[in-house]
Amino acid sequence: MTAANGSTSTRVKSPGPAGGPRATGPDGRKGARRRRRRTSGRQAVAGWLFVAPFAVLLVAFLLLPMGYAAKLSLYRSTLVEGEVFAWLDNYGQALADPEFRRGVVRVIVFGLVQTPVMIGIALLAALLIDGATSRLSRFFRLAAFVPYAVPVVIGTLMWGFLYSPNTGPLSSLTDVDFLSSDTVLYSLGNIVTWQWAGYNMIVLYAALQGVPREVYESARIDGAGPVQIALRIKTPMISSAIVLVTIFTIIGTLQFFTEPLILQPLNPGAITNSYTPNVYAYQQAFSYQQYNYSAAISFLLGAVVFVGSYIFLFATRRRSALR
Amino acid sequence: MSTVTHGSAGTHATSAAAAPHRPRRFAGGRIASHAVMAVMAMYFLLPFWWLLVAATKDNDGLFASQPLWFSGDFNLFDNLSLLSSQDGGVYLKWLRNSALYAVVSGVGATAIAALAGYAFAKLRFPGRNALFATLLGLIMVPATALVLPTYLLMSEAGLADTVWAVILPSLLNPFGVYLLRVYTHDSVPDEMLEAARIDGAGELRVFTKVALPTMRPALVTVLLFTMVATWNNFFLPLVMLSDHELFPLTVGLRTWYMSATIGNGGPALFNVIVVGALVAIVPLIIAFLMLQRYWRGGLTMGALK
Repeated sequence: MTAANGSTSTRVKSPGPAGGPRATGPDGRKGARRRRRRTSGRQAVAGWLFVAPFAVLLVAFLLLPMGYAAKLSLYRSTLVEGEVFAWLDNYGQALADPEFRRGVVRVIVFGLVQTPVMIGIALLAALLIDGATSRLSRFFRLAAFVPYAVPVVIGTLMWGFLYSPNTGPLSSLTDVDFLSSDTVLYSLGNIVTWQWAGYNMIVLYAALQGVPREVYESARIDGAGPVQIALRIKTPMISSAIVLVTIFTIIGTLQFFTEPLILQPLNPGAITNSYTPNVYAYQQAFSYQQYNYSAAISFLLGAVVFVGSYIFLFATRRRSALR
Repeated sequence: MSTVTHGSAGTHATSAAAAPHRPRRFAGGRIASHAVMAVMAMYFLLPFWWLLVAATKDNDGLFASQPLWFSGDFNLFDNLSLLSSQDGGVYLKWLRNSALYAVVSGVGATAIAALAGYAFAKLRFPGRNALFATLLGLIMVPATALVLPTYLLMSEAGLADTVWAVILPSLLNPFGVYLLRVYTHDSVPDEMLEAARIDGAGELRVFTKVALPTMRPALVTVLLFTMVATWNNFFLPLVMLSDHELFPLTVGLRTWYMSATIGNGGPALFNVIVVGALVAIVPLIIAFLMLQRYWRGGLTMGALK
């Protein structure tokens, strides 16, 4: 990502009105330069006015909360002394907290299993709709993408009804309790897959559409079948898009919150108040008023996501689309 | 930064033209691939089918009848009237709140992102590169980590539990700024802006009369995405609001679901929740079907630029 891109474009492309400085002589050149200086002064003011609302929001709702969370996380609130500076105590407490650690391990395991499954389904779906141009494939593309338009809360509610042995068909068909403490993580994984596979499919499909068709044509002449073309040519050609959707999926799973919180009343014993780090941070703040500890957990999670995604981006920079 | 998608229309045509010449041995593959697509489509549509069927049942029918087929009674309209009267008609307020938050945040965030994206792409001002680098650096900060401190700051400002607590944070859309910067940089010609300046137009006029019309497709995409993201948002309003009258649909339906499943006080109102969920997603599905082009446009822009 090059922030400096195009920064020189306005200067280069303002040669003056009368066919460039060479034709207008020394006076014209001086005039053009003066105008350029005036323009750049005006642009500096306009530029700042244009970005000002965004810059204010960036400070108020990103930098300030970040700083505030960092500060809160370094204090401890006690009945006797009030707010006390506690150095890194909250972080030490979090790292030693078995409930927090179980939550972290849970989202990591969840991410390791759920991400490849979902990206695999999305890739298969993208390859299928890329290979077929029929009415069914167009319908399928829509059907797979619709869940993405549904609020996570409502998607989770619908699956909650479907999982429930009282209102849903799934338990009677399979004799599995989808909400027991052993199975509920898979059930949550299914909700995430259902909701996001279509989104990832569209991203991968768009990348496939960008590959020049001649590449496949020559492979076909060499005798490659459609399956071989899909696996050996198409998939490697879109590896940058695959990396991208993988990053976004991992970022999403680490922040896992809404789905477990909605399903919690169905089995509070299985989905505990510390089920994921985000649920834990939320409960610490709003059920136990432990704002300082909650801030430390949030900050730790945010830092892990932030640093992790940049390390991942950097490590795969050559293949990543986010350059 | 590649502009891979631009060639797609042309390449599509060639592949369609080449299709009839494909050897026949792929016919079996075609059937297999369509069978897989059909099974997957059923998976993705199953919850919608269930919701549609369940919305026609009363509370007993929801538990007593075949989950995936109609019960014989048709109670959709009874359920809708129950929905509009439940808890003093609070659902309609939630619906109105969701629409208000989505429209105000969507329009506001898009306007702010358009100004900033244009300035980053086309105006030279001191600090521009530093500010843009800050934006890029912070684009990966997870939103959920900021909700709690934002709530505490909002409380101190006396704005918690007001509509502003939901709307103001939703106006910040760094990714929208990034998208619009990329789009503007590639598709608004400098010569056009320069020509307008030479004609004596001020910077605001250059922006509104010359740049904005060209930016329109990207603006619609950002607007659509911000509106849907706000409509679907849960964590932020959940934390910010405690007044039931201010809830959006997502938070409101969750409180009903909680009290219905835990069963503390009041009748179990699962049929009301089901029809409430249906009403909440109908506008989204209509918008989604009508504006397909922009959805996909936005996703590909986000992924490939």
